[in-house]
Amino acid sequence: MDELRDLYQATILDHNKKPRNFGALENADRKADGHNPLCGDKLTVYLELEDDRVVDVAFEGAGCAISTASASLMTERVKGRRIAEIEEDFCRFHELVTSAPDAPVNIGSHGKLAVFSGVREYPMRVKCATLAWHTLRAAIGNRGTTAKTE
Amino acid sequence: MSDSRPFDVEAIRRDFPILEREIRGKPLVFLDTAASAQKPQVVLDAIQDFYTSGYANIHRGIYQLSAEATRRFEAAREVVQRFLGAADAREIVFVRNTTEAINLVARTWGEENLGAGDEIVITAMEHHANIVPWQMLGERRGTVLRVAPIDERGDVLLDEFEALLGEHTKLVAISHVSNALGTINPLAEMIAIAKERGITVLVDGAQAVPHMKVDVAALGCDFYAFSGHKLFGPSGIGVLYGRLPILDAMPPFLGGGEMIESVTFEKSTYAPVPHKFEAGTPDIAGAIGLSPAIHYLEEIGRDRIATHEHALLVHATEALGAIEGLRLIGTARQKAAVVSFVVDGVHAHDVGTVLDQAGIAVRVGHHCAQPLMEIFGVPATVRASFSLYNTHDEVDVLAAAVRDTLEIFR
Ligand SMILES: Cc1ncc(COP(=O)(O)O)c(C=O)c1O
Repeated sequence: MDELRDLYQATILDHNKKPRNFGALENADRKADGHNPLCGDKLTVYLELEDDRVVDVAFEGAGCAISTASASLMTERVKGRRIAEIEEDFCRFHELVTSAPDAPVNIGSHGKLAVFSGVREYPMRVKCATLAWHTLRAAIGNRGTTAKTE
Repeated sequence: MSDSRPFDVEAIRRDFPILEREIRGKPLVFLDTAASAQKPQVVLDAIQDFYTSGYANIHRGIYQLSAEATRRFEAAREVVQRFLGAADAREIVFVRNTTEAINLVARTWGEENLGAGDEIVITAMEHHANIVPWQMLGERRGTVLRVAPIDERGDVLLDEFEALLGEHTKLVAISHVSNALGTINPLAEMIAIAKERGITVLVDGAQAVPHMKVDVAALGCDFYAFSGHKLFGPSGIGVLYGRLPILDAMPPFLGGGEMIESVTFEKSTYAPVPHKFEAGTPDIAGAIGLSPAIHYLEEIGRDRIATHEHALLVHATEALGAIEGLRLIGTARQKAAVVSFVVDGVHAHDVGTVLDQAGIAVRVGHHCAQPLMEIFGVPATVRASFSLYNTHDEVDVLAAAVRDTLEIFR
């Protein structure tokens, strides 16, 4: 089961059980729904912005451990950050989960999100890991549309 | 006539070369036959042989090779005819799969015979392939879709089904066996109820033909659809059975070569059935590969396979049912060897990934039956489906891996 411990690291299991920033955000000025039609995962991301800075963020919904933990860790990551920085975070995260399984992981640049490096071994799970991020970007764009991983 | 030969599952496994594969360093435990079945060597050989030494287009060439290919293709049609108990080989239309078969009926028979306010009755456990084509027809023609409910075990409520059938009901379209629950529907009774009222009946047999003997004449349905790939045959070939008078009266489906009698720029006339519905070059190798798949199953014996599968079902139901925190979805009285379940606090996808790590292939998701998942209040289930090549050891491997899942997520 060691390989599985690489995917389901303690941090992921913890955020799955006790997701942070979970629930609707009263003062949200932007929100978006995300849907992974393949597995039925659904979540909503709420944002409170001041100029180009995310001052508060929350999510709610139901999904697998990977998508729930990813949403939870994402909210921790982006709270207080500027939109341009979040865009960089997204690109870096996307690269992390889609890179070759044996590529070196620069823990420093990913911080806590490095726990998702195990997803690289499971290409079918990449969409679970990125659903929250796609939804966050939709909320930032306030496109009011449902973000899809397809 | 009972068949007393012992069921030698190890010998059967040797007929399926893919079962020698390892996945992530473990022997493959293939429990997703309901999605698509693996192929025995005889099917692989037939395809290889056809492409190697017998290939040509059919119904076209004057030359010997084409005549041979045509003969083999049409012989496959006769094999399917016998297999389904159809009265006439012309009642067998080759299509790509179950989905195409049902769409063909909706597009041709449906367009021709149904109009605004006419009702189509399905059950709550249908695959999207037996829901969406009727909704699309409704958008074009104003037909109404009615859904017969099921109980918490996953059995159709026969009284409610019967009560739904009224003067506006023009079609009953039902699955023989549910892919998501394994429920074997009381098809003979349901057809009899529809037929008393003169209603046309289509059966989605995708999950039935791999498990049981089907006799369309005895059933008395008007249409019966299945996919070759679920029957241990190639992917890309499927079958629509239709009663001859109905097929005869139906307009063609796609237009083009093979389906015509004569063509002028003013008007074309159509070939007789079944070729009227088989425009263009069909999946020739697919049909030729389907035929040995059917022979293979018949040679082993449909009853012996059913007995083996049932034993696996009983074993899996017990082994999984004994796991605390696991809920079986679908406990119908009559079931095919399909076990759907959810695990408390663990999403089906996570279960699927843990099982994959153990070399076990199962289906996780909504099984193309989203409305059904909603009825059971789950977004997705894990589904293990068993077949002639599965063993009791594999059931134990599955149960152990599910316990590991609970361990990880505890
Ligand atoms: C009950 C049922 N109907 C229809 C289908 C569709 O089959 P196909 O994808 O071969 O068209 C399936 C396959 O999953 C099925 O299980």
